[in-house]
Amino acid sequence: MNAISPDLTFDLAATSLRELNAALHAATGESNARRWRVLNPNGRHAVAVGINAPLTVEIEGHVGYYCAGMNAEASVIIHGNAGVGLAENMMSGFVHVRGDASQAAGATGHGGLLVIDGNASARCGISMKGIDIVVKGSVGHMSAFMGQSGSLIVLGDAGEALGDSLYEAKLFVRGSVKSLGADCIEKELRDEHKALLAEKLKAAGLEGTVDVSAFKRYGSARQLYNFHVDNASAY
Amino acid sequence: MTAHSNVPRTPPRFSATFDPATLAEIRRAAATGIYDIRGGGTKRKVPHFDDLLFLGASMSRYPLEGYREKCGTEVVLGTRFAKKPITLKTPVTIAGMSFGALSAQAKEALGRGASTVGTSTTTGDGGMTPEERGQSQTLVYQYLPSRYGMNPVDLRKADAIEIVIGQGAKPGGGGMLLGQKISDRVAAMRNLPKGIDQRSACRHPDWTGPDDLEIKIEELREITDWEKPIYVKVGASRPYYDIALAVKAGADVVVLDGMQGGTAATQDVFIENVGLPILAAIRPAVQALQDLGMHRKVQLIVSGGIRSGADVAKALALGADAVAIGTAALVALGDNDPQYEDEYQALGTTAGAYDDWHEGLDPAGITTQDPALSARLDPVKAGRRLANYLSVMTLEAQTIARACGKSHVHNLEPEDLVALTVEAAAMAGVPLAGTSWIPGRTGGY
Repeated sequence: MNAISPDLTFDLAATSLRELNAALHAATGESNARRWRVLNPNGRHAVAVGINAPLTVEIEGHVGYYCAGMNAEASVIIHGNAGVGLAENMMSGFVHVRGDASQAAGATGHGGLLVIDGNASARCGISMKGIDIVVKGSVGHMSAFMGQSGSLIVLGDAGEALGDSLYEAKLFVRGSVKSLGADCIEKELRDEHKALLAEKLKAAGLEGTVDVSAFKRYGSARQLYNFHVDNASAY
Repeated sequence: MTAHSNVPRTPPRFSATFDPATLAEIRRAAATGIYDIRGGGTKRKVPHFDDLLFLGASMSRYPLEGYREKCGTEVVLGTRFAKKPITLKTPVTIAGMSFGALSAQAKEALGRGASTVGTSTTTGDGGMTPEERGQSQTLVYQYLPSRYGMNPVDLRKADAIEIVIGQGAKPGGGGMLLGQKISDRVAAMRNLPKGIDQRSACRHPDWTGPDDLEIKIEELREITDWEKPIYVKVGASRPYYDIALAVKAGADVVVLDGMQGGTAATQDVFIENVGLPILAAIRPAVQALQDLGMHRKVQLIVSGGIRSGADVAKALALGADAVAIGTAALVALGDNDPQYEDEYQALGTTAGAYDDWHEGLDPAGITTQDPALSARLDPVKAGRRLANYLSVMTLEAQTIARACGKSHVHNLEPEDLVALTVEAAAMAGVPLAGTSWIPGRTGGY
């Protein structure tokens, strides 16, 4: 990855999670190892959480809850599936899961890019606050619930109640949408949105492989922004 | 004079069920079609610490000299797992209240007052402001369902983390910060447009239930390298089980908030009809800790209607390690001050009853984001008032503890107490005054 230092390998079959995360937190600055390999995660929770440096971490296997939680600056690649809350509250950087992700992937994320090669379960991007999420497969129900900002791009289908109670997050779905949630509507896909899509897909490594015109755009109708009793049945 | 006028008449009589306040609410609801929203905690009369008395020392036990013999008040929180537990000089802490609900000046004043007397203050929904961090010697960072303003930089700056499951004013409820309080700064901290109503979710977005909470706590500990105490805050509803589950999930400290505890804005029907008074919740919570062998190992902070050193002493005697104050702290800063009576009248209320905190028109400059109103509160002077009040509460608690012969306020115990009412006796698990009867002690919780 770079010439400064060799790879660092942590085998979670022999090393504790605490040692791994502590080492990741201590590794800041150019002089530190910048490419890390994690072996035998075996579904362990809280792997590579709270990183605050431009490291690259490759995890060889499946991870449990909250992998790469609150990530800042780092690139975390998971060669497997991820449990609940993948990259939750991510601030910046890049998280890429080669397999599927469970519920609440990218929840409350403030920034950075999350790429899911497989499918994501329910509530993908729930309460998102600026993160970009690209899902190559499909997402489950209530995805982008109360999404505040950022973008959720789904190459497959979306489940029920997409974008329920949406604020200003931008949603793009190429396949079908089972239903839209309260205050979420389809909107015109204009050139600026196609440009935005192209930019995000390029960042996800999909440049030139996906026709951005094939997406539909969804956003907030902004009818529930201020509570009014006449809208009570919508809640 | 007619014969009729000499007949005694039945005077006008209001119904106890349909009393004037009830009638007024029916008319208000009929006129508006919307429930009433307000700030604060329950206003109904509920069994409370006023219904308990200390017995004091006499023949069978001897007191400590008030101005000579030491009575400790320090408390250490987070001794179970955290590498850096926090030590407070007084068991009275400041409860979580958000920047957004409160002005920046009010948050700064809370930090100043708490720091002066060596206790902690707590953030709220909306994140941590530099003023608050800068003026708070010990700052607890709330981890709430909305995650407004949540970020790892501030998380690492915090001295402790409080995972909020619920609060006493509205167990099971989320919140709403109405658009009129969403200034540019508040909006930016919450990643939302200015002027819209900001809902605070009632459930966390990435976990449900105690098994998930255990994993969430592990994540937060890993992110912060196991340094910071992790609190779990619940509203008083099923205290025995909630506290047991919080301990099982790995909490260092549990915070239990009764229905007298305030909120920035919630439906009046919710505040008045959901949850328990704190008096009813402490003993089941302590029992859960004792059954698990964790009493005094996992610390218990209780809140909801704490007003004086007597309330503090009673809460500690029932088994709490510390208390938290919110409403009382705001009053010490200047909330509902009679000096603004004319302005309260103009708002259709009176000093002492003002609770439309969500409207952002607070004459005292505390529950508002209006720059002119906020500027009325001098954070230095208000912080001084809070420090004075906290000192008085601490001295009062010491006074009572010494009278009971205790060299530390934590040595107060249920045996020091009696109750004035059958209800309070049953809830607090102490004898009805003048008897040896503790109602309900034959059964469990």
